[in-house]
Amino acid sequence: MELLDLYRLMYRIRRFEERVERLFLAGKIPGFVHLYIGQEAVAVGVLAHYRPGDYLTSTHRGHGHALAVGVDPKAMMAELFGRAPGICQGKGGSMHLFDADRGMLGANGIVAGGIPIAVGAGLGLRVLGREGVVFCFFGDGALGRGVLHEGLNLAALWRLPVLFVLENNRYASTTGFAESHAFRVPALVTAYGVPYLEADGTDVEQVYGATAELLSGIRMGRGPAFLEAHTYRFKGHYVGDPERYRSRQEVEEARRRDPLANARGKLLASGVAQKELEDLEREEEELLEEAVAFAERSPWPDPEEALTDLFAEPVGDYPWGEG
Amino acid sequence: MREITFAEATREAMEEEMARDPRVFLMGEDIAKQGGIFGQFKGLPERFGLERVRDTPISEPTLVGAALGAALVGARPVLDIHFADFLLLAMDELANQAASIRYMSGGKLRVPLVIRAPDGAIRSAGAHHSKSLEALFLHLPGFKVVAPATPKDAKGLLKSAIRSEDPVLYLEHKALYPRKGPVPEEEYLVPLGRAEVIRPGRDLTLISYSLTLHKALEAAELLAGEGVQAEVVDLKTLYPLDWDTLLASVERTGRAVVAHEGWRFLGPGAEIAATLEERLWEKLKAPVARVGAAHVPIPFSPPLEHRVLPQVEDILKAAKEVLAWR
Ligand SMILES: Cc1ncc(C[n+]2csc(CCOP(=O)(O)OP(=O)(O)O)c2C)c(N)n1
Ligand SMILES: [Mg+2]
Repeated sequence: MELLDLYRLMYRIRRFEERVERLFLAGKIPGFVHLYIGQEAVAVGVLAHYRPGDYLTSTHRGHGHALAVGVDPKAMMAELFGRAPGICQGKGGSMHLFDADRGMLGANGIVAGGIPIAVGAGLGLRVLGREGVVFCFFGDGALGRGVLHEGLNLAALWRLPVLFVLENNRYASTTGFAESHAFRVPALVTAYGVPYLEADGTDVEQVYGATAELLSGIRMGRGPAFLEAHTYRFKGHYVGDPERYRSRQEVEEARRRDPLANARGKLLASGVAQKELEDLEREEEELLEEAVAFAERSPWPDPEEALTDLFAEPVGDYPWGEG
Repeated sequence: MREITFAEATREAMEEEMARDPRVFLMGEDIAKQGGIFGQFKGLPERFGLERVRDTPISEPTLVGAALGAALVGARPVLDIHFADFLLLAMDELANQAASIRYMSGGKLRVPLVIRAPDGAIRSAGAHHSKSLEALFLHLPGFKVVAPATPKDAKGLLKSAIRSEDPVLYLEHKALYPRKGPVPEEEYLVPLGRAEVIRPGRDLTLISYSLTLHKALEAAELLAGEGVQAEVVDLKTLYPLDWDTLLASVERTGRAVVAHEGWRFLGPGAEIAATLEERLWEKLKAPVARVGAAHVPIPFSPPLEHRVLPQVEDILKAAKEVLAWR
């Protein structure tokens, strides 16, 4: 994978998210949104290794993972708007994005909710004798959840093909990492006998390289591995967050290590023409403008659609017909 | 009387009870640093310190279990669960442990534990942040379940919950936090287990609680415009239920609608309707109607969410069906 391709996806995520923020504040996007701005290099560097037949589980901060794995920005934006052609027909929304065609087993409104599912997807692949790995994304907040510990143990015990990806952005909502964790992450992971690497999550090439190294073992059947990417969310926990738990100065400092600017600088330094980058950026802007326009002009779902999709098989209604 | 918000009323209750009883302490996620996601804990860490107002890791089962353990040794914990949906993560600690432990001990142990859980749907929060789960906890023997609708009751019931010697699940609908209402300056309690007729009427009884109570009141107002006098009963506590108030009202009116935001199928309305029919069979002029959410997860998109949740029109429609029986 070329850095230019990685840059394209990072650019797409950043500019998608900036639009989402604006549209949310303008009242066009309902619900709650958690932006991925600042963390782009993690989703992109990891999921550049995604192959058809692989799966992933995501989090409440899932837009970046979805875009990085190739979910259509139009269908995604329409979902965030709650419109009928949204990728989940408006039933899911930002925190519940699914794309069966891309192995996307869901963003998740429950912190660490995806972890047991990822372990189970790995188990399913194993039972079915299929190739493929499961990318399991979670934030530092998930380290407090028992299912992370249980999932690590089970995946290690059964040597399941799961790549655990910790996006350590130093905060779980208002709570700093050190305020809620008594252990060191590498010590925890290695206690389960799981290979551990860390990477600078603002450097997409580093994330890409570390992922490659861990994946080779997983794809050879050696069981799970764990990547910790050190990153930072540039925006509040959710759009509207008053951010009283961190200093402006800390945010400014972190922003100086912008993964997008970092990759762009490297591209220019390596001899890629400014013009080539600008063309790429223009293409992405057009794609995203089209996504927003598509969402804006898409119809609302028919309210009665609310009563569909609960079961795959018909279960019948009340004989007197009501829902 | 002064008017304050529901969130502020719960904050006052916490502050008064923590000042009154040093055994009371509060814990939960994201409480101390920002005063709670709805501002319901503002100022408490400053006044009582971080020993008694604790931020926690994201560890719901252990938080519930730990609150239970603290209660068993004589502390009086109040545990905030970010969103009621996350109660489901701690079902062992809630159901197998907290709800049963006093009974299993032959009445020897006490569990003065309050679990606060913001529930209900607001602003298209989606399936993981919108549920109303009271029916689950009413089904499990061993919980007192409280669901206030007004700032005054929010304060008085929370104070009573903290003084209770048994586990109380205190359900606060998220849409209620910014609502204002009259709250006395002087100290008062609202007793657990007491319902109230908040609007008298003779033609039918609308029974509700929490946010949906306000929809029932709107429906009553619309019915009044059509010459129908609906009585509205606010249950306030769902367990133990104030059957006396409920039966007295429905005995008078002979007609009843139960409305709540939880799912209609096997919701609290089902139990109430069944009991009213058992007790008042000969006095009833119509079957008791139930209004609740449609039988699906709460969808994200606004028109879908609106369709699934009970609206004023649904209560009105149910009322008219009940009134149509001769
Ligand atoms: C089980 C559970 N508890 C609490 C919450 C509320 N909540 C949503 S996001 C969040 C913080 C998550 O932090 P982290 O895992 O570090 O992810 P980040 O937001 O930093 O991406 C919390 C506490 C939740 N969604 N699920
Ligand atoms: Mg985090």
